[in-house]
Amino acid sequence: MAETINMPKLGFDMAEGLLVRWVKQVGEQINEGDVLAEIETDKATVEVESSASGVVLQLIVDQGTMVPVNAPIAVVGEKGEKVDVAAPTAESGKQKADEKPAAPPPSGTQQTPPTPAPVPQASAPADGAPVKASPLAKKIARDKNINLANLQGTGPGGRVVRKDVESALSSGQSSVNSVQSAQPNYQLPITTHEDKVVQTTKLRQAIGRRLVESKTTIPHFYVTHEYKMEALMDMRKQANAYLPDNEKLSVNDFILKAVALTLRQFPNLNATIKGNEVIQFGHVNVGVAVTVPGGLMTVVVKDTDQKMLRQISGEVKAMAARAREGKVRPDDVDGSTFSTSNLGMYDVEDFIAIINPPEAAILAISSAREVPVVEGGELKVGWRMKTTISVDHRVSDGAEAAQFMQALAGFLENPVRMLV
Amino acid sequence: MPKITMREAISQALMEEMDLDPAVFIMGEEVGVWGGTYAVTKGFYDKYGPDRIKDTPIAENAIIGAAIGAAMVGQRPIAELMTINFAFSAMDYIVNQAAKLHYMFGGQFMLPMVIRAVGGGGRQLGATHSQTPDAIFAHFPGLKVVSPGTPEDAKGLLKSAIRSNDPILFIEHATMYQVRGDVPEGEYTIPIGKSKIQREGSDLTIVTYCKGLELSMKAAEQLSKDGIEAEIADLRTLRPLDMEPVLESFKKTNRAIVVEEGWKSYGVGSEIVSRIYEEAFDYIDAPIIRVAQKEVPLPYNRALEQAALPQVHDIVEAAKEVLK
Repeated sequence: MAETINMPKLGFDMAEGLLVRWVKQVGEQINEGDVLAEIETDKATVEVESSASGVVLQLIVDQGTMVPVNAPIAVVGEKGEKVDVAAPTAESGKQKADEKPAAPPPSGTQQTPPTPAPVPQASAPADGAPVKASPLAKKIARDKNINLANLQGTGPGGRVVRKDVESALSSGQSSVNSVQSAQPNYQLPITTHEDKVVQTTKLRQAIGRRLVESKTTIPHFYVTHEYKMEALMDMRKQANAYLPDNEKLSVNDFILKAVALTLRQFPNLNATIKGNEVIQFGHVNVGVAVTVPGGLMTVVVKDTDQKMLRQISGEVKAMAARAREGKVRPDDVDGSTFSTSNLGMYDVEDFIAIINPPEAAILAISSAREVPVVEGGELKVGWRMKTTISVDHRVSDGAEAAQFMQALAGFLENPVRMLV
Repeated sequence: MPKITMREAISQALMEEMDLDPAVFIMGEEVGVWGGTYAVTKGFYDKYGPDRIKDTPIAENAIIGAAIGAAMVGQRPIAELMTINFAFSAMDYIVNQAAKLHYMFGGQFMLPMVIRAVGGGGRQLGATHSQTPDAIFAHFPGLKVVSPGTPEDAKGLLKSAIRSNDPILFIEHATMYQVRGDVPEGEYTIPIGKSKIQREGSDLTIVTYCKGLELSMKAAEQLSKDGIEAEIADLRTLRPLDMEPVLESFKKTNRAIVVEEGWKSYGVGSEIVSRIYEEAFDYIDAPIIRVAQKEVPLPYNRALEQAALPQVHDIVEAAKEVLK
């Protein structure tokens, strides 16, 4: 019995997805869970897995087509079965035409056209813009497993040439995915006085659209709180002594857990607003903003409040790695109920974040720093960390936010509470 | 080894081959009594007489046509064109007859003939007498095109050309007859269709031939003072083209320029660059630059003529550009 595979809904507000590439072709064997296609949403390029086993009987839409959520994209069944499902794009195109019957279309609309042009480079690494490098540099990088995006090109216009790859090799930089480009040999940047036009990536554009919408339609307010971090730093040290190098807990892992437990006490901040209703989510899924080539993505730890620190840590590490490689799974980025953004590794004193719609609040986490503090009338050295929460004023008020921040201190300053 | 001029080297080759094979004879405008426009055949008329050194009318199609006929019946004619610009008058004979007869007649005829032609600018001979149309002739399968850049190569290649059973266009440069170089004593030949590394270096490859070789060698000396060592690959033969030494060199240096005297568009440089892209793509570390003649009919005025022709400083600049 043939089964139809539909365009999955990969995000809360996803309405359509661009079918970038068919991984399987008609006639190929496919098992449930095998990757059938790659699609691109506002957030990322993701792989669509087949929900059925058998032979690919029909690929209903062409590569490069924008497909509405839940519309059929392929049929999987037994060899020889007859199927013929009409492509969905015509229908959706008609719908759009119905909405806007008169030609010419209103100027300045940002609506997706019914039949968008294919995006040929979309199957390239999620990186977005291709790295400018000579064929030779590319070949060496390929052979030696070097990520060209991490290199500073010294050729004309910043082109990465053989010399650059070789000096990276000799300086021992061979990690494929190091986010910060470790550049042990400081080189003077090449000064040019020419303006440079850089095409924004799809991800960048999506970030722009969403955050303009957020900042212009959501009335933000902000509350900052400073936390005493000595106890947490101690506990982290103790815990990490029992963990192998690749599983060490970060400060952020503790904060995620603390935030999730605090949100349980403040369901109104773990929510979304829809018209006159606030929907308080039953699950606490904390999102973590991750820097990726060409922008920023939020990966989500499901039921953060229910998970052990080690599990939270492992999930964030794995999802962040996938996000940076452009291999993020739909499940990784879907369903966050509250987001966090941590710039702690950059020695940041304090900053504020923009709410990630449709959520009601976001927490901006700064660096834990050694600072002079006054305790019991005495000047001492202490570990302090500031965080700032941004809240949708339609949902909540300053008092509630301040209480949340205070309650969060209960966990961050007495971290043992997270264990009981 | 004795240092002799290009003119002497070519004269020696002609004389040696005429002494060896009575079927070899020379025909062309002013080649006999006058001794050749560039004095290459000075003394030949007295030595070999009018049967083997034939002065012809000013009719290039007749010269090449007669040479083709003689070659078809077993003679070994060497037809001289006073300048390669006159080859256009004999274009049909060169590209439709000489280049194709062996093929069209199913191999019944061989064409053991050499067309010696003087090419190149720089002597203030005006737009119609100063061209470097080598690429046009190298375009046609069936015709071999040889263009040496040193006296040693000129002698060895010309002797091979005279002994070859195929029609060969042998292009000499009008400003290079006085160039001196080491030439081995005694009998030797150099095979047609073999490129040669004329100078070793590790930083970039200069691909060139004929006049371009002379200019590139000077440019390489200048570059060397700045610590840049250029390797120079001399094509010597444009068809059949031997890319092996060029590619070998390029795979070592990863950067190249191509120097030719002809116009840049559709030229020898374009061919070389394409071959490198096709056969050594993964070795390219910078775009390959062509140094060639400016895209104008070559001016008569000396300053303008020199400005339009590729110069040593153009090569030096291009080399530095690809090394950026």
